[in-house]
Amino acid sequence: MAETIIFQSLPSRPAPTQTEGLVPWAKANLFANWQSTLTTLVVGALLLYFIPQFVNWAILTATTVPNAEACRTPGVGACWGVITEKYRLIIFGRYPLEVQWRPLVATLLLLALLVASCTRAFWNKWLLVLWVVIIGTFFTLMYGNVLGLTKVTTDRWGGLPLTIMLSSLSMVMAFPLAIAVALGRRSKLPAIRTFCTIYVELIRGVPLISVLFMASFMFPLFMPQGVTIDVMIRVLAGLTLFAAAYMAEVVRGGLQAMPKGQAEAAASLGLSYWQTQGRIILPQALAMVVPSIVNNFIGLFKDTSLVGIVSLYELTGSLGLALNGDADWRPYKLEGYVFITLIYFSFCFAMSRYSLWIEKQVNKSKLR
Amino acid sequence: MAEAKVAPRTPPTKRDWSWRSQAFRGLMYQILAVVLIGGAVWFLAHNTAENMRIRGIKSGFDFLTAPAGFDIGESLFPFDSNNPYWKAFLIGITNTLRVAIIGIILTTILGTMIGVGRFSRNGLVRGLCQAYVEFFRNVPVLLQLLMWYLLFTELLPDIADAKQVGGFFLSKGGLSFPEPVWASGHVWAIGGLVVGLVAAWFYRRWAQGKFEATGQLRSMVWAPIGVVVAFGIVGWLIGGAPSEFNLPKKGEFSVEGGGSLTPEFLAVLLGLTLYTASFVAEVVRSGISSVARGQGEASQALGLSKNQEMQKVLLPQALRVIIPPMTSQFLNLTKNSSLAVAIGYPDVVSIANTALNQTGRAVECIAIIMLVYLTTSLSTSIFMGWYNAKSAIQER
Repeated sequence: MAETIIFQSLPSRPAPTQTEGLVPWAKANLFANWQSTLTTLVVGALLLYFIPQFVNWAILTATTVPNAEACRTPGVGACWGVITEKYRLIIFGRYPLEVQWRPLVATLLLLALLVASCTRAFWNKWLLVLWVVIIGTFFTLMYGNVLGLTKVTTDRWGGLPLTIMLSSLSMVMAFPLAIAVALGRRSKLPAIRTFCTIYVELIRGVPLISVLFMASFMFPLFMPQGVTIDVMIRVLAGLTLFAAAYMAEVVRGGLQAMPKGQAEAAASLGLSYWQTQGRIILPQALAMVVPSIVNNFIGLFKDTSLVGIVSLYELTGSLGLALNGDADWRPYKLEGYVFITLIYFSFCFAMSRYSLWIEKQVNKSKLR
Repeated sequence: MAEAKVAPRTPPTKRDWSWRSQAFRGLMYQILAVVLIGGAVWFLAHNTAENMRIRGIKSGFDFLTAPAGFDIGESLFPFDSNNPYWKAFLIGITNTLRVAIIGIILTTILGTMIGVGRFSRNGLVRGLCQAYVEFFRNVPVLLQLLMWYLLFTELLPDIADAKQVGGFFLSKGGLSFPEPVWASGHVWAIGGLVVGLVAAWFYRRWAQGKFEATGQLRSMVWAPIGVVVAFGIVGWLIGGAPSEFNLPKKGEFSVEGGGSLTPEFLAVLLGLTLYTASFVAEVVRSGISSVARGQGEASQALGLSKNQEMQKVLLPQALRVIIPPMTSQFLNLTKNSSLAVAIGYPDVVSIANTALNQTGRAVECIAIIMLVYLTTSLSTSIFMGWYNAKSAIQER
């Protein structure tokens, strides 16, 4: 005879008296069960072991005196003196010391422009004018040779100004190219579609460094006799071509996400191809992919560190320039790396937060 | 009833040679594009040929058979400076593939762990995983490579007083480790592993069938692994249990014997792995959070444990979202391995760069670099496309 099973519900647990505050949070998140408690203890012990050591090295026993002797004293931790001594060389590269206010002002202008481009209040056609004006001012200030400014050739440009200029300018120039290529890849015309596909797949299939090698070694051969182009312009062109291929894919993603009805409705209203794309499809598609464009820009900003390999001394390159030839300070390269790591990190982190914010803005219409 | 009849517009005839025909305009645009691009290519090629003639640069791939005249720090097969260029390039390619394949495996493991860790119940683990992702993906990979290389070559002890842990030695000279001496018995062990793999595959199929028929859950991970290991050990025993190891020993000036990894290789591998893992973690995280909330709640209601929920419900569904972006991360890792040139790991870019400087054949060397990467990129994306199609939802 089968045993009858009597269903008996468990007595209900008492409601938690306190659900907010530190103790309930810790109970739920750090000591929920024995596995969690064990993890907390092990990870906590590791943190307690390493963090004080790091703080000790980076702050407590560190020195900021710009004197290599002081760093060699035993017991001294991080030698930030290398930064206080060399920061101008690291940030501005080989730009002439006495006129370094020029890259400073130019970079601040460019940064202000970038911030403005990220602000909603500035999103109108005057922004384009502002870009042209500020890029013009940037090059005037950096290059000089007019208005009583001494001439500084591009081989002496370097450091952070170069990093910011290369990344923002190549991104802006890549943008129209990317839209054209993205439209071309979705075109009904086979020849145009093939060219655009080959371009995108070719560039995306090879590393940036080979594109830079090409800009550095092969562009001079491409030019007709007697025409020489400055290495910085060549690298800028290489970066632009590279960025455009990646951005074209982002834009294409946005175009593909557009419901077909939009284009059909536009066609039934009698709009031409360019009217449809320009007034209906692109505005919506681009708004959708703004976060990805920002992420692309972050990638490009980091990728500019590669131009050091073809001897343009942007931030990473100028650090090597500042320290490699100096026997006194060479041993403290690690501190130099930490310094520029912080610079890169703060720029990229700020941009990634901005990308998250703008993603929320873009999705607002979907969250009615 | 007078109904105004509008005659339907006649559809344009196939051959309408006017600017108002869309087909005609399309044809014209395409001809224009072909002419423009063809013209540009001809212009550049013509200039290049002209420039090379004037500067006396030879062209062609005949240099590949000439002796290279430089040594390579590390290679999978012997090489000296009398060997031809093509062999040097081959070494570069194998070095690139070696670092890329090992890096992809390590990155997948680490990135998945960190991505899953973002969903941990433990707040400390969650926070650490997020901090990891934020830090490593916001610093240029080149800078990370340079930093690891600096740590390996400056801060580790000299070779003379290498740090020893068991049979492992770590120093400025890299990592030395015990290496089994190759014996015929190892063939048996490998054979055993292969047989074990087949057996484990059959076991899994059987267990899966049993589970679907009766609902009895059998071990799907540990038992197959056990089977593979057991067969491997049996094969090793049959082969005579060769257990001789080539142990590294600390000599006067160097660590001798055993297998060794150079600091360049370690720096490239570590830098690429840690950098790409942060992106893979984000891919995994967004894949998991793309699974509908109800799935996790339903599995909890069915009484699955947290691990079962992740393994059986969330990850399999997330996999479909994860695979395409994961592919592009693998390709990024492979392409980023070209940065090895900055720290002197002899990958294909570094070899090509040396060859370029020695022979001046810029076009050919850059073409080789591009061809190598294009081949790897295309073959990876073809393979991943096949895998993606296989794991896509089978819709009725």
